[in-house]
Amino acid sequence: MSKDSILKNPKNLKRRKLINSVMISLCVLAGLVTIIPLIYIFFYTTQSGISSLNVDFFTQLPKPVGEEGGGMANAIVGSLILISIGGLIGIPVGVLSGIYISEYSKSFLSSIVKFTTDILSGVPSIIIGIFAYGVIVIPMQRFSALAGGFALGILMIPTVTKITEEMLKLVPMSLREASLALGVSRWKTTLKIVLTTASSGIITGILLAIARAAGETAPLLFTAFGNSFWQTKIDQPMAALPLQIFTYAISPYEDWHRQAWAGAFVLIFLVFVVNLLVRFVTRNKFSGNL
Amino acid sequence: MKDNNSMDNDNDNIELEIDPEIQEESELNSKAAVLTNDLSVYFNKRAGIENINLKIRKNRVTSIIGPSGCGKSTFLRSLNLMHDMTPSARVFGEIFINGENISDYNSVDIRKKVGMVFQKPNPFPTMSIYDNVIAGLKLNGSKKRSDYDEVVEKNLIHSGLWNEVKDRLKTPAMSLSGGQQQRLCIARTIAVDPEIILMDEPTSALDPISAAKIEELIFNFKNDYTIVIVTHNMQQAARVSDMTAFFYLGKLVEFSKTRRMFTNPREKLSEEYITGKFG
Ligand SMILES: Nc1ncnc2c1ncn2[C@@H]1O[C@H](COP(=O)(O)OP(=O)(O)OP(=O)(O)O)[C@@H](O)[C@H]1O
Ligand SMILES: [Mg+2]
Repeated sequence: MSKDSILKNPKNLKRRKLINSVMISLCVLAGLVTIIPLIYIFFYTTQSGISSLNVDFFTQLPKPVGEEGGGMANAIVGSLILISIGGLIGIPVGVLSGIYISEYSKSFLSSIVKFTTDILSGVPSIIIGIFAYGVIVIPMQRFSALAGGFALGILMIPTVTKITEEMLKLVPMSLREASLALGVSRWKTTLKIVLTTASSGIITGILLAIARAAGETAPLLFTAFGNSFWQTKIDQPMAALPLQIFTYAISPYEDWHRQAWAGAFVLIFLVFVVNLLVRFVTRNKFSGNL
Repeated sequence: MKDNNSMDNDNDNIELEIDPEIQEESELNSKAAVLTNDLSVYFNKRAGIENINLKIRKNRVTSIIGPSGCGKSTFLRSLNLMHDMTPSARVFGEIFINGENISDYNSVDIRKKVGMVFQKPNPFPTMSIYDNVIAGLKLNGSKKRSDYDEVVEKNLIHSGLWNEVKDRLKTPAMSLSGGQQQRLCIARTIAVDPEIILMDEPTSALDPISAAKIEELIFNFKNDYTIVIVTHNMQQAARVSDMTAFFYLGKLVEFSKTRRMFTNPREKLSEEYITGKFG
């Protein structure tokens, strides 16, 4: 058969067009399946949460059962502190191990690190909470924000490591060579060329890790524990939004349920805003390369 | 320096007599910019190049030709220790730069002396044109901030890019055309003030006009630098270089004056390659 006959054969063409449109429909469908739950969650939380939101929610402490009103100010601040501690641990450790795996991939140790990170990312978060309980809560003989932050930090490590590794691997070898050929040392090349080139991807990964950690409840149960009062000392039990939402949602009180919705809304909104904000700030005028 | 400039390959049956012209010139110019002594590179157990003895003279353009896979890049990359980055590569033999054995020096210091321009233009994508030129100086911390403007202007003029970019120095380097990017890479390379510039097929990814511009640069660079250029383009080798080395299957077959190589090569193999009988 010559080339022309393939082009001109209408039967073949029709069949191909059909297959093409079926495949496209499947892709669109899959896309919708991904988007719909997100939109649903977003709208449902907004709808149920926004009506219970007021200034008090951000400024007041929780009220005892039976009293109307109150807020989650302590939990909001607590979450921010816990995430900061988690980030201080998880981001540097994750980024550095990602660099190690990607840039020094030929060493035996780095393959162990890679393997361990993969395993760690599959460990259920409650187990990580128990681990933090064992290494921090028991020796300190007290629940604390430190233990909660530590658990969140451990939880962030595999995500940050993985994304750093992947992003660094996307940086073409030719850029490393270009830098080395200028007489730039290996570590400066990694830091100033490779890491910088991959930075927007890595930042996105860090955001994902933070967003995930911000919503974690299980690892905080035996670590930060929760607190109905103001607490900003990191060696003390501390309230956190997901914990508070959890406690309120399983309570039998209508008023607490409404507050739980408000909390859920604030949590989602915060994650959303942080995402947008960092994207905006790190928007690189030289982007489009990765 | 050791007087080690005989060109004979002692390990195989390809006998190289000493070209009288080479000898004459080498006396005029006794200091070799690069001298390799039984240089071999192995990847795992396979040889990329074997027992290369080559003397590259100062302020000359030396081209390296040969069929694909014959070890041209491997040779070039051994001169600025790029094989350090390839875990499977093992380098044997000696390399002298300006008469000094490079194994006595830190690879970083060698690379400052021996710059490299790559086949595909590879400006740093996150940097502006300006920052690309000073990248080496900045990262090495070897010049004051106040000198940067001058360095940028001087090197962009030198690489023939200044007039095209002087009004948009702060725009992304990736906004340039391929040929302009390559000249930017050359500016970046010469900004760290190397003595030797290695070029691995620097024009093969470019259109003929951009390629011609680069060739012109190479020609003008002769007074200031020693250039070693790998090329698949025979005409290019004939146009730009003073000396030509022909590699085949990891061995140096012939090293002659370019004029001689392309008119009356000493080896039959060179002749066959140049006349297009294989490769
Ligand atoms: N990183 C590497 N790992 C394993 N083998 C390699 C590596 N680099 C080069 N080689 C081998 O060394 C030999 C020489 O390769 P080299 O790249 O030097 O050839 P070349 O002459 O530059 O070819 P081309 O003209 O296609 O660029 C080839 O057989 C190649 O397979
Ligand atoms: Mg090559």
